Amino acid sequence: MDLIIDRWLHILSGITWIGLLYYFNFVQVPMLGKAKADGTAAGITKHIAPLALLWFRWAAVATWITGAYYLMRAHGIGDAFLLQGGAAYIGLGAWMGTIMLFNVWVLIWPNQKKVLGVVNASDEEKAKAARVALLASRTNTMLSIPMLFFMITGAPAHMLGIWN
Amino acid sequence: MKNPLDSITGTIIAGVVLTVILYFFARHFLPLGGMS
Repeated sequence: MDLIIDRWLHILSGITWIGLLYYFNFVQVPMLGKAKADGTAAGITKHIAPLALLWFRWAAVATWITGAYYLMRAHGIGDAFLLQGGAAYIGLGAWMGTIMLFNVWVLIWPNQKKVLGVVNASDEEKAKAARVALLASRTNTMLSIPMLFFMITGAPAHMLGIWN
Repeated sequence: MKNPLDSITGTIIAGVVLTVILYFFARHFLPLGGMS
């Protein structure tokens, strides 16, 4: 695949992933309490959240795969993850993106399945799952800030030959 | 101490602080080969 097509797909899927992450953190979670209070929460939890989570978790996979392909072609994936030479900055971004993908599939999605009733869980298990999912989602929101910084400073600096 | 991730504001501040820390770590401890 041409590298510019891969970069385009990487950024498109990344916008989808992080855009939905910000939607969950900045819009849905803060408003869910108010929706529960006036009896409209089911509209969110039954209809909006499951579809948003579907796009969210698969966009995360697409972002990681297109990013890994970019690293292989443009930097050397080993150099990036070992933070070597000109690949060091984007490598830091790649590490954070990888941790975020892990959080999506190992912490957020399995716990959201309990919260949304996709799998059976007691009220106590749901409360615990909601807390784990929230903290993992907030961790990803926090990591997205330096991740984006190192992605955008890493790739152009390498291409423009800023690093020797 | 309150967990900063319990609020949106705390989460964003933590992200910016982490960016600054990692930037200084990268500038001073990674073998970048003379980034200008």
